[in-house]
Amino acid sequence: MWSWETAREGLPLILHGFGITLLATVFGSLLAVVLGLGIAVLRRTPSRWVTLPLRAAVEFVRSTPVMIQLFAVWVLVPGLDPLVIGIAVLGVHYATYTSEVYRAGIDAVPKGQWEAAVALSLPPVRTWFAVVLPQALRKIVPALGNYVISMFKETPFLSVITVNEMVHEANRFGSDHFAYLEAFTLAALVFLVASCPTSILMRKLEKRLAH
Amino acid sequence: MLTDESPTPTESGAAAPAVRFDQVVKRYGDNTVLDHLDLEVGRGERVTLIGPSGSGKTTILRLLMTLERVTEGVVHVDGEPFSHMPGRGGRLVPADERHLRARRRRIGMVFQHFNLFPNMKVLDNVTEAPVHVLGMDRDEAAERARGLLELVGLADKQDAHPTRLSGGQQQRVAIARALAMRPDILLLDEVTSALDPELVAGVLDVLRDIAHGTDITLLCVTHEMGFARDVSDRVLMFDGGRVVESGPPERIFGSPEHGRTREFLGAVL
Repeated sequence: MWSWETAREGLPLILHGFGITLLATVFGSLLAVVLGLGIAVLRRTPSRWVTLPLRAAVEFVRSTPVMIQLFAVWVLVPGLDPLVIGIAVLGVHYATYTSEVYRAGIDAVPKGQWEAAVALSLPPVRTWFAVVLPQALRKIVPALGNYVISMFKETPFLSVITVNEMVHEANRFGSDHFAYLEAFTLAALVFLVASCPTSILMRKLEKRLAH
Repeated sequence: MLTDESPTPTESGAAAPAVRFDQVVKRYGDNTVLDHLDLEVGRGERVTLIGPSGSGKTTILRLLMTLERVTEGVVHVDGEPFSHMPGRGGRLVPADERHLRARRRRIGMVFQHFNLFPNMKVLDNVTEAPVHVLGMDRDEAAERARGLLELVGLADKQDAHPTRLSGGQQQRVAIARALAMRPDILLLDEVTSALDPELVAGVLDVLRDIAHGTDITLLCVTHEMGFARDVSDRVLMFDGGRVVESGPPERIFGSPEHGRTREFLGAVL
């Protein structure tokens, strides 16, 4: 059943696919982390003209499956590189989750910190970036890290819009050589090998920020 | 003090009191915390607010620091409307954020729970506002901050993180941080209430030095009657959102006229 030779043959293709997977994860995460912060901050503005539509949009994105969002954007916005669509959709989808994480982190910053910032007349940008966010981030890095890992494991969805990420490539190799066992075992192993150091890295980061 | 920053005084500005509350009402829902309060604090005057908890003392400081907004009435600072600004047709309308931001700089506040920024070293806590609000040069701000830390007896702690300091030390840093903005008016909100008893004296000594060594206008809410006696020009006894009695400390503490004041002092002294 298992053929080492086939496995060796398929490895380069799968590793190439892994490069795409990594690319999607890195840029998708960046988008999710930045956009999520933007959403969290905007949701604290007093204007309902901002907060209500934003809340509706967040709720909408979160209540629909990411695979349908991928299909929808792919069909509705022709001519874009599927990888770009994939990164954008994953990033926006996860931004709705990270925005909640940010919100919890921001809410956990004591009211006295905001009041001290007012008492010192700090401008809003300084209050956010020098006082509130550094304290909030420290508490939410673990949760953000979990979403990054979770996104990493959802990149196979991108195969449905023809992005040649790892599972897509594994599937292709499997059907070409009728060697699904080798192809998907390799893909699973690569995911496992990649996830472990990421988790360790996250734990280290967490520790560094904790004190 | 902030010559280049201060708005031009109006005609009445020079003689106007530092702070004037004009029929100020503050309500939270059905709860009236300040009830048509009239209050004046002269320039350089040291005023202590005493009275039972919930009598509205702290609310006065919070209104001045713009942490709360008045429900009715107007707060004036240096003879100019502070809680309000001239709107269409010259009528006063509640101040917007811009109006407040331009004026609150002259007021500093020290909080009961210090509220130091735990993500910054002691020195950075003190230089943050001078650098980012007054636009002071970083080296100059650090130089001044070291001077202020020396004043509060913490010159050797400039590189420490606030969480490593005792409550009393944290509060002294908070005092230095407030003074770094060179406020004309300093608000002290029960600054020793959260401290262990043996740390209170150090903080009060620093405040006495400031009271005796500067011409800053001081408004403090405190339960330290000895301190109130030492530094105050005037003591105001609060109850139920109103001033029930006011006078020099010797008289308020020596021979209070109002029954409520006697009752209160009897309970705390």
